[in-house]
Amino acid sequence: MSDLTKLSALELSSELTKGSVSAVEVTKAHLDRIESLDKTVQSFLHVDKTGAIKQAEEVDKNRKEKKKVSSLAGVPLALKDVLTQKGVPTTCGSKILEGWIPPYDSTVVKNLKNAGIVILGKTNMDEFAMGSSTENSAYFPTKNPWDLTKIPGGSSGGSSAAVSAFFAPLAIGTDTGGSIRQPAAVTGIVGAKPSYGGVSRFGLVAFASSLDQAGPFARTVLDCAMLHEVMAGHDPLDSTSINQPVPDVVSAAKLQDVKGMKIGIIKELGGKGWQTGVLNRFNESVELLKSMGAQVKEISIPHSLYALATYYLIAPSEASSNLARFDGMRYGLRVDDGNLSAEEVMNKTREKGFGKEVKRRIMIGTYALSSGYYEAYYAQAQKVRALIAQDLTNAFKEVDVLISPTSPTTAWGLGERVNDPMAMYLADLATLPPSLAGIPAMSVPIGLADEDQLPVGLQIVAPFMNDDRMYRVGGAIEASLKSKWNGLLIDQVPALGGGK
Amino acid sequence: MSTYDEAIKKYDPVLGLETHVELSTNSKMFCGCSTEFGAEPNTQTCPTCLGLPGSLPVANAIGIESTIRIGLALNCSIAAYSRFARKNYFYPDMPKDFQTSQYDEPLCSNGYLDVLVDTEDGAKPFRVEIERVHLEEDTGKLTHAGGATGRIHGADYSLVDYNRAGIPLVEIVTKPVPDTGEYAPLVAKAYVTELRDLLRGLNVSDVRMEEGSLRCDVNLSLTPKGSKTWGTRTETKNVNSLRSVERAIRSEIERQSLELDKGNKIKQETRHFQEDTGTTRSGRSKEVAEEYRYFPEPDLVPIAPDKAWIEKLKKDLPEQPSIRRTRLAKEWNFTDLEMRDVATLGGVDLIADTIAQGTSPASARKWWAGELSGHASKAGVELIDLKITPTDITRIDALVNEGKLTDKLARQVIEAVLSGEGNPDEVIKKRNLSVVSDDSALIPAIEAAIAANPDAAAKIREGKVQVVGVIVGAVMKTTGGSADAAKVRELVLKTLGQ
Amino acid sequence: MSRITREEVANLARLARLDLAESELDEYAQQLEIILESVAKVSEVSTKDVKPMSHATGLVNIFREDITKESLKREEILRSAPATEDDRFRVPRILDEE
Repeated sequence: MSDLTKLSALELSSELTKGSVSAVEVTKAHLDRIESLDKTVQSFLHVDKTGAIKQAEEVDKNRKEKKKVSSLAGVPLALKDVLTQKGVPTTCGSKILEGWIPPYDSTVVKNLKNAGIVILGKTNMDEFAMGSSTENSAYFPTKNPWDLTKIPGGSSGGSSAAVSAFFAPLAIGTDTGGSIRQPAAVTGIVGAKPSYGGVSRFGLVAFASSLDQAGPFARTVLDCAMLHEVMAGHDPLDSTSINQPVPDVVSAAKLQDVKGMKIGIIKELGGKGWQTGVLNRFNESVELLKSMGAQVKEISIPHSLYALATYYLIAPSEASSNLARFDGMRYGLRVDDGNLSAEEVMNKTREKGFGKEVKRRIMIGTYALSSGYYEAYYAQAQKVRALIAQDLTNAFKEVDVLISPTSPTTAWGLGERVNDPMAMYLADLATLPPSLAGIPAMSVPIGLADEDQLPVGLQIVAPFMNDDRMYRVGGAIEASLKSKWNGLLIDQVPALGGGK
Repeated sequence: MSTYDEAIKKYDPVLGLETHVELSTNSKMFCGCSTEFGAEPNTQTCPTCLGLPGSLPVANAIGIESTIRIGLALNCSIAAYSRFARKNYFYPDMPKDFQTSQYDEPLCSNGYLDVLVDTEDGAKPFRVEIERVHLEEDTGKLTHAGGATGRIHGADYSLVDYNRAGIPLVEIVTKPVPDTGEYAPLVAKAYVTELRDLLRGLNVSDVRMEEGSLRCDVNLSLTPKGSKTWGTRTETKNVNSLRSVERAIRSEIERQSLELDKGNKIKQETRHFQEDTGTTRSGRSKEVAEEYRYFPEPDLVPIAPDKAWIEKLKKDLPEQPSIRRTRLAKEWNFTDLEMRDVATLGGVDLIADTIAQGTSPASARKWWAGELSGHASKAGVELIDLKITPTDITRIDALVNEGKLTDKLARQVIEAVLSGEGNPDEVIKKRNLSVVSDDSALIPAIEAAIAANPDAAAKIREGKVQVVGVIVGAVMKTTGGSADAAKVRELVLKTLGQ
Repeated sequence: MSRITREEVANLARLARLDLAESELDEYAQQLEIILESVAKVSEVSTKDVKPMSHATGLVNIFREDITKESLKREEILRSAPATEDDRFRVPRILDEE
């Protein structure tokens, strides 16, 4: 069996079902690769070797006993360290939760376990999902496998790097303002943010409650769809969970056809200030879609110009409240010399346990919610949000999906933007509008930028609970580009530490 | 003239009451943990009520329903669209360091409750307007350790039990109540009493002030007579009984008037009621308005109660306690004052139950509002907490009517039942407490009493029967009160030739 | 135009229970100012008659039945506690009465 770590989830599933390889073998192959090469990428915060092998053994046992197993049973996965897994450390990339072991599984993890997917470990992330480069992790930065001096994107940089480094064929991230799509774009893989409410948030450590969604990463659109299907579905433990059938994303991913589809290019996302190489690849994919029989036109989302301001008011406000519970009283870090009052312990614990970006956002949020400022900031932002959502709803009256480049630039250098919060925030320009509207969006790789030979992603946006539409377009693009490149874009990623 | 009378002459009190009602749902407001009272610490928690990272709330349907029913019973409007909000502040008993509550979109608003207060000129009606009724969650329970008093001041550290965290609380806030004058303390007490009965009738809460399922904060300000501007108000917490409600208002009126007389300003603050002194002491200063940063709770979706459902809830409301009491008073032939006494004691249902089992209304009232209320008062508990039931009382009353028990014996039986010795029949058997009316059993006691009181016996033989009480008393004493007094008297006179 | 002073930052830190060092206040004030400058852009939008979008799903009336479910075992929750005593969470002395 040639290198198991090079196979897609679909291929692994096929081999596992045939019985030509065991789940334990697949798991071990990936664990071995992580052990030898993750030191260069640093995508994992915690590798659960024992747990993963145990899960794999369980799958093999069930298959042997001819019990009904899901198609993805035995396929390994990397889990962003923001979702709880019982008995396994969860840090959210923060020192304030160092050593915390959740006593319960998130619903997403329950779904993974039911499907027999093997969770290899917890991946690195920007602290509490706040960031676009994974440099805000309190532990260490993750590197982009395409160029180890570049960022892998954020906040789900660890998950994205793990997949693009072939440490796992599947990964899970979370997307609040673009934190799945942007890393996917800059690491040359597929990443999707489902419709808000499509995937349960029970067990997802909250950053911005009205925006957070867990979603899939994979190297192919179909793999991504298969994982999406496992993750999604109604959860009675989440009041904001949609009680409707999961859109048929798997069938859509297989269609590989966009004939007759109406596609809208978001007018405001592109042009001046956007990297030339990114725009070139984008324009090529527009031509590609046209050549496949889609009708493409420009559509304006006027209020998208306010998406950044809107997001950076709403998200920090909700975060300032969500992160209040980290006070050193019940779990996590406690800073106490024995003489301090409860109030002092809370102050010192949070000062020490939170990084700068988290503190900045907590203070912005506290400000925006304060009496005297609430109406002008938070309330106003929620109203502008409604207008952005309205713009998108109107757009979908004319087109089936919307597209844009996922990110204004390719991956930038580690350390380049750490001291400039605003420059960091600009990475989210394209991904923010769908987040604010709660509609599904995904990124698929469309090539490398000429200037730096770094990956470029195409963002595809679909209407609420019509996730299948974006997978249809994504699958079609991938199929077309695959024949052009004679493989996937990710096949071109440089070898890590010599020897592929 | 007392300080109070002086104060009332110069100032008009404006009072307000904030009541928290712990709902008696099976499970907590946002999770399925049990709400059972008295469990081992921290055995009724889960990721949600403990606020663990990643946890989410789901609203308890009965919590919502009970809140709406309370609002309807208080004549409130029910919101067509209501939301939960986060009240953000840090405190160790708060698992999330925000409380899920309601802010500008409460479930119910603008209602009223009418109460009656007894004055020298008869019963005066007062209408207490209700500002809002909303739903929120309770916090964990703190105990303070290391200090001398077990209170927070001087404690070295504290211990938290989160069993209570997440239990649904309904907050009922009145509008400011002016124009109560000297009756302010009584109006406040009457309001809480009436509210308690209403909530009990709705069967939404145990409403036990001593247990904490009914909590009351009282607000008070004084307006100098003739002035149009209301004074600064204080909030007093730790008011744990109906009596304390009255005393707290009274005490604050006195305190504030003395301050104002001196020319001092009233500090806007939270005060604590002290049971032992009946006065309030300063707590936390409220000069800096609390910055709670309320915003709509994103983890819970809005509540839009169906109009037809509200109509049905309204239709199915139980009879208003005050209306029910008027009706029953008529049936039972109680005066209004007698009925109000019974209501204040929380005895309406107990008496109704006793009557339903065959006891006469007058007797039921005699036992519950007389004898038993004395026991309750002595033990510092409510009537409903006494370990004796309407069935027990009915049985005792029947035995008295049959002549099998004297009043004195009945009281002994009651005491024994209250101390847990069993039901009336068991107690009587165990202690051998029947009335002795068998002549032959009484004769020895009578003869002994006659022998011990020769002067009285001689007088009776001469026809001076007035002193028979002496002999009868002696017989009653030796028989431990278990003799039928009338029978003894008859026999004594007969024996002495009368 | 200065949107946020050093004192305001200190106040925000106090509200958020963040023990910022004196030396850090200016740096945070500067950064927060830049961010606030940017987010203040929302005020340019006319939002008359627009309803705020606090919930993305449009769902209402999501309830659960009033039935009890098994709680976590005490051992599981106290295990992560920084300090415990008598089966309870032990917390430092509280100065501020609530």
